[in-house]
Amino acid sequence: MADFIFWVIWALIVASAALVAFGNNLIHSVFALMGTFLGVAGIYIFLNADFLAVTQIVVYVGGILVLLVFGIMLTNQISTAQISQSSVQKGLGLVVVLGVAAIILTAVLPHDWVGSTLPMEFTDTVTGIGNLLFTDYLILFEIASVLLLGALIGAATLARKEL
Amino acid sequence: MDHLSSYLVLSAILFSLGLYTVITRRNAVAILMGVELILNAANINFVAFSKFVTHNLDGHLMSVFIIMLAAAEAAVALAIVLNLYNDRGHINVDEANALKQ
Repeated sequence: MADFIFWVIWALIVASAALVAFGNNLIHSVFALMGTFLGVAGIYIFLNADFLAVTQIVVYVGGILVLLVFGIMLTNQISTAQISQSSVQKGLGLVVVLGVAAIILTAVLPHDWVGSTLPMEFTDTVTGIGNLLFTDYLILFEIASVLLLGALIGAATLARKEL
Repeated sequence: MDHLSSYLVLSAILFSLGLYTVITRRNAVAILMGVELILNAANINFVAFSKFVTHNLDGHLMSVFIIMLAAAEAAVALAIVLNLYNDRGHINVDEANALKQ
């Protein structure tokens, strides 16, 4: 049963990401992106990452996706739910992307990753992440807070009318 | 679901679709969506290797920082896109080839 759910989520991610990449309607692409984000949250649960799954839903679906929808609504004359978008150089792009995908897969799949047959047993990750954030990753954590403050001020400054 | 390769293949597909979106789309917001796909693919890899290979939480920490970075990047990129729209009336990146007009 868990196996079946895993492959359903797997297919959901691939299908919705394909709609993001190939769809003609921008609104449909954004909602397909929500499917991708929720599917990745499900994958995190299969990977024993409980904290990351919740963070994924809160930050991506609750934050970034809303930002993207705002971006679309503010930069188009909305009359219907149909906002068409176009692509350029589809053929060349497809060739490049298929080449990159082939390189990644041939590099990654034949390799015998040490311990790849022994998955870690599930343990609560919140305690461990909290401990690491305030010990090994403390400097990174502080830099991240400064970066977020800078991004906040920068975005607010850039988005004002009188620049 | 209990083997690393299924996650690696998923991540490679997600990365490729994101790259295709970044390469071919003209709309700046659609390109931003492609970047998010690429970041999600990287996150899946980090967490998958954390479970199957290294057996510790370092990969989870990297994913937390990537999610944080994606949020900051989306906010700044959106501010730039809004300025572009106010300046030109469209956000097609292939026509935005001058800083000021």
